[in-house]
Amino acid sequence: MIRLEHVTKTYPKASRPSLDNVDVSIDKGDFVFFIGPSGSGKSTIIKLLLREVTPTRGRVVVNNRDVGTMRSWKIPNFRRSIGCVFQDFRLLPNRTAYENVAFALEVIGKSRGVARRVVPEVLELVGLGGKEHRYPHELSGGEQQRVAVARAFVNRPLTLLADEPTGNLDPDTSIEIMRLLDRINRTGTTVVMVTHDSNIVNQMRRRVIEIESGRVVRDQPRGVYG
Amino acid sequence: MRAKYVLYEAATGLWRNVTMTVAMIITMAVSLAMLGASGLLFLQVDKVKELYYAQVEVTIFLAEDVSDEDREALDRALDSDPLVSHYYYESQEEAYEKARELFSDAPDLVEALRPESLPESFRVQLTDPEQFREISVTYIGWDGVSEIVDQERLVGDIFSILNAVQVMALVIAAVMAAAALLLVANVIQVAAYSKRREVSVMKMVGASNWFVQLPFVLEAVVAGVIGALLAFAALAAGKYFIIDGPLAPLSMLLTPVPWRNVLLTLPALAAVGGLVSAVTGWVTLRFYLKP
Repeated sequence: MIRLEHVTKTYPKASRPSLDNVDVSIDKGDFVFFIGPSGSGKSTIIKLLLREVTPTRGRVVVNNRDVGTMRSWKIPNFRRSIGCVFQDFRLLPNRTAYENVAFALEVIGKSRGVARRVVPEVLELVGLGGKEHRYPHELSGGEQQRVAVARAFVNRPLTLLADEPTGNLDPDTSIEIMRLLDRINRTGTTVVMVTHDSNIVNQMRRRVIEIESGRVVRDQPRGVYG
Repeated sequence: MRAKYVLYEAATGLWRNVTMTVAMIITMAVSLAMLGASGLLFLQVDKVKELYYAQVEVTIFLAEDVSDEDREALDRALDSDPLVSHYYYESQEEAYEKARELFSDAPDLVEALRPESLPESFRVQLTDPEQFREISVTYIGWDGVSEIVDQERLVGDIFSILNAVQVMALVIAAVMAAAALLLVANVIQVAAYSKRREVSVMKMVGASNWFVQLPFVLEAVVAGVIGALLAFAALAAGKYFIIDGPLAPLSMLLTPVPWRNVLLTLPALAAVGGLVSAVTGWVTLRFYLKP
């Protein structure tokens, strides 16, 4: 469950707000696309949901927690309930696929034993069985993004945020990543994806929220890129 | 596993940036050595004070034409004065004998001396050596007293030298400490920058703040403690090779520095070095790694 209530976000020194009175509600288990041109404020939504920034006005509620007023020492625990995938993968280059996923578990205090049990499972799920010990530079872009998805999902988050996850991938690979996100969504995980990939949006036929100049201009249940 | 991770990260962090680490350790060591030296000096000043005050005496010189009554009155007054611990009378003859001994290698001077040319005096030791001024003030106006001399000025000079040395050591310690702190901040920033990918992933997946920061802080603490060890080694070497070496004959003038005090600087410097590094590192990270 995610709610943006009359959210306005103005960055310091910006002449106009990145988000202007945005009012959006996303139910648990939803799959939502945020679309819109560059600079429309889509990525600010991801940053707000991750509590990388706080709203200037309005309330941001994620998994029943008011993110805007959250104390900074509570942020780490909050982020454990959210998985993140980015356009640039953000993998550690000196660690293998297995180690990249295990790292995410270990730094939040899970034991090696847990990692040994869970990581191969999730790598299998994203279709990287047999490639556990490859380094990122030995994997294709699509495979690297699968590692990133595995890392985001290994902790079984309530919400998966994806900021242009197919931005660096060719159309076929993009579709494979989308199938993966769709499967994760079917496990009950809420998926919020920011994109301007019209093919993907048109094929998936999921809820589409279009942002322009910081305002919601369209909110369609089974929308297309338009 | 987490402890192992943190220790490993701290160790690799120190190696990655080894030139800066060495610079940080050296400045830290010099600063802490100066701090330790001034601490030792501080402990020493009290001992030196005791040594000197035990020897300090006030001399009340009597006038040439002092009367027997005046002398006896002074004798009685000193006898009953609570400030006086003990005293003795030195006649002109005794003063002459003393002077002959003192100047025995200058026979011409001894030849010229006559007992009559030396004043008789009372040599007074005080219960509280710091009260020499009181004694002066009390007895200076008495009949038959020509002059009262105490060794305050001599002692005062020695203490002002010790004080100056101590202040100098503290100033050097402070300046080096400022340099060391900047280096600690820089080393931590470089370390945080070189691990920015790891840090951003850790923050993204929700690693706790202390877990993200601990390797960096530990890195600074390890360097601070190594600096303290070097500073201690320098102080111990100074004690062994300089104070107990060429300066040993001066132990009459300056009380010897005991090993116990030198050893005491080790935990003190390690604590100061470690704590200062930890706080600097932590504050730097507060600005550098926003949640």
